[in-house]
Amino acid sequence: MKLELRGITKRFGALVANDDINLTIEEGEIHALLGENGAGKSTLMNVLYGLYRAEEGEILLDDVAQHFAGPGDAMNAGIGMVHQHFMLIPVFTVAENVMLGHEQTRVGGTLDLAAARTRVREISDRFGFDVDPDALVENLPVGVQQRVEIIKALSRDAKVLVFDEPTAVLTPQETDELMNIMRQLKAAGTSIVFITHKLREVREVADRITVIRLGKVVGTASPTASNEELATLMVGRAVDLTVDKAPATPGAPALVVTNLTVIDPLGQILVNDVSFDVKVGEILAIAGVQGNGQTELTEALMGLQPRVTGDIALDGKSLRGHSVRQVLDAGVGFVPEDRTRDGLVGGFTIAENLMLDRSNKLPFVKRFNLQLAFLADFARTKVKEFDVRSQGIETPVGRLSGGNQQKVVLARELSRDLRLFVAAQPTRGLDVGSIEFVHERIVATRDAGTPVIVISTELDEVAALADRIMVMYRGRIVGIVPGDTPRSVLGLMMAGETPAEGAAA
Amino acid sequence: MSAAQQPTPTPAASPEPAESSRWHNVFREITTGNAIISVLAVVLALLVGAVMIAFTNPNVQESAGYFFSRPGDMLSAVWDAVSGAYSALFQGSVYNFRRPSFADGIKPLTETLTYATPLIAAGLGVALGFRVGLFNIGGRGQMLIAATLGGWVAFALELPAGIHMIAALVAGVLGGALWGGLVGLLKARTGAHEVITTIMLNYVAFYLVSFLLRDGFLKTPGSNNPKSPASKETAVFFDLLGPNYNLHFGFILVIGATVFTWWLLSRSNLGFKFRAVGENPNAAKVAGISVQRMYVYAMLFSGGLVGLAGINQVLGTTTSGFGAGIDSGIGFDAITVALLGRSKPWGVFAAGILFGAFKAGSFSMQAAEGVPIDIVLVVQSLIVLFIAAPPLVRAIFRLPAPGAPRRRPLPNVTQEVAAK
Repeated sequence: MKLELRGITKRFGALVANDDINLTIEEGEIHALLGENGAGKSTLMNVLYGLYRAEEGEILLDDVAQHFAGPGDAMNAGIGMVHQHFMLIPVFTVAENVMLGHEQTRVGGTLDLAAARTRVREISDRFGFDVDPDALVENLPVGVQQRVEIIKALSRDAKVLVFDEPTAVLTPQETDELMNIMRQLKAAGTSIVFITHKLREVREVADRITVIRLGKVVGTASPTASNEELATLMVGRAVDLTVDKAPATPGAPALVVTNLTVIDPLGQILVNDVSFDVKVGEILAIAGVQGNGQTELTEALMGLQPRVTGDIALDGKSLRGHSVRQVLDAGVGFVPEDRTRDGLVGGFTIAENLMLDRSNKLPFVKRFNLQLAFLADFARTKVKEFDVRSQGIETPVGRLSGGNQQKVVLARELSRDLRLFVAAQPTRGLDVGSIEFVHERIVATRDAGTPVIVISTELDEVAALADRIMVMYRGRIVGIVPGDTPRSVLGLMMAGETPAEGAAA
Repeated sequence: MSAAQQPTPTPAASPEPAESSRWHNVFREITTGNAIISVLAVVLALLVGAVMIAFTNPNVQESAGYFFSRPGDMLSAVWDAVSGAYSALFQGSVYNFRRPSFADGIKPLTETLTYATPLIAAGLGVALGFRVGLFNIGGRGQMLIAATLGGWVAFALELPAGIHMIAALVAGVLGGALWGGLVGLLKARTGAHEVITTIMLNYVAFYLVSFLLRDGFLKTPGSNNPKSPASKETAVFFDLLGPNYNLHFGFILVIGATVFTWWLLSRSNLGFKFRAVGENPNAAKVAGISVQRMYVYAMLFSGGLVGLAGINQVLGTTTSGFGAGIDSGIGFDAITVALLGRSKPWGVFAAGILFGAFKAGSFSMQAAEGVPIDIVLVVQSLIVLFIAAPPLVRAIFRLPAPGAPRRRPLPNVTQEVAAK
């Protein structure tokens, strides 16, 4: 089915979220919608899905104008949506989730689960999804949950599928599998709109690319365009995707971790006998697929894990078994992987968040009293230095974009006297411009002589930042390799294979 | 990457935290939302109250029988009933115009403030808990323990005036703080939910005090009444405006408590940590704040403030000895006061005075107009209901939702007007 959007304009008060957008998606085409966070991609798709009503413009399916009053109309017309945050009921089975909303019933109003099961199997087999109709959704990995969403859309005969940032929650393997699924769907004649801000994925799978910036279509590109060209279109200025960094000049080992093991409350071993060190003036990247113990390792370093054995020594002093407060006071800076959950208090102002982990002593506190004047000066300086875009230091952090939120976290952590800097997934969910900024800051921290640990599931990021790369798999270290190790080798290591040539670096 | 060697990663995002944070957000919106919602909730509750006054009024009922022949009768009956009731409420709580002198006329206002005193103190305690994400329903138990300890000091010890009062005051506040702190300790150490433990400790305190009044150290010698001896004159709060008015020193203490709570929450580092824990305990933990310790401290302060309400009862309101009902429901009304005050100290202060006015005015409303006191209770309950349903209030008054893009007056509207 051919989908056409003509002159779509959507305003929120004074803000124009979509400004006269024209877009045509041919039948059996993967059309990527590329843009930074807040560019208006999701708004446009919500207009298409009937969730918002556009002030101007029209939607055409096979050249017939459509008027959607809600998602129900859009679904009936053959538009399906795979949301970034899954719209599934965790305690229902796959089949129950798929039938939800248009349940078929037999005599007496009993649910026809068998029919739903058959439907799920049929679609699952056709595309090789390998989804069990009777599995509870909450027990499924994220990637499979996403397939359930796709099945749900397909079971309603969707001819146009919209994927809203589908890879944000996926591991690299799951991302690859999703790409394959998209290609299969395309081969079956489904039109696909693929919303993303990740350049690599776009180039891999898209047939055509439309770039949106500040609510306007700023250009179209073919998948053969280079990353730099696409990024420049997206951000509106030339972007340097490679990180400028001089070769590391590592000094003495600062952080020495020996035989570290982390056990969770259920007795599962999450980090298994891990030993490594980080030297002054180097960046150690910890790579690995999400869920292989990296998170728990950083939590153990920070004193956030209750059951830890082995030893963690920073500058010769042991940190194991110390409280978070003591670890912070020992000079460890920490960027947690989920900034809205662990890094920031959303209802607090920028200024308050900048003193969040320094609420115990001078200069922010004097005899139990907050030093608000000092805090205001400090916040103004930091907001300027870290280029946090906001309406002022009294803005609640929850209202900022992801990039600006992360800048607040960085500003807070990097403004302390650091002996070690730990950044977990520092650029997850950020736009290209912010990623550039965060990477520059991390390298600058290294160059100032601070040992840095970067935990990342993105190979691009690992490759751009690392002086040495440590790969983790199922709680163990697969190997520690030099920063210029080829991606293919890293990929194998992330799947648990020990590299053939010299593991030590 | 070889597909055969696929690791099975644990799902990165389990649905559970999202659920709990949604509940968390609702809790936060209800406890610390917009002040405008509070004001509108009161207005709405009074409107609904007016409808009920009209319905229960015999004149209105009678005139409704011939509404279609003479509708004016019923409308004027409604007007008389509602305006009569609310003006009686006003005259009973603020200023009585029927009294000859100002000194007499203003007496209702001093009554309002007297009733408001314990409500504000206990409301501050509950509000403090709300700000740390704790739901302290244990006001009753904390007040009873405070009254017990403070009351015992007040009737059993022989101390010089002034010092005696301070000793009783300190004993009461400490009693409330300990009873509250126990809840914090249980939560911090064992994870026991404070709603359950505070409710249970209410019973423990009630039966403990009942026992002490019958057979323990609170028993009045030579009396079978479960009532304590009267507080000694040396310990009782002095009157602020002379013997003609009931307003006592407790009101000054409560003003002090409001200032203190304001300072604690918005100017002290402990309050900063309190608020951080209340808004996002995960981030607080990662920032090196001991969440457990904050729960204990918060419940100590919360219980202490509620304890101030308890001691206010035995040293100010009921100095002639107390029974097991000395809390008179203030521990629960305090929840309403804290909600209406949006958990902000001065908001609680204002809400406490409003509820004090309801209490003072409801008696004269019943006496003068025959409107049952229950109407006032209904109005109070409706206030809570409306506060707990902010979207409802917003819908009725067409307010924008929080976080929604602010609507400016649309320019095309003015253009249309200009064209006409």
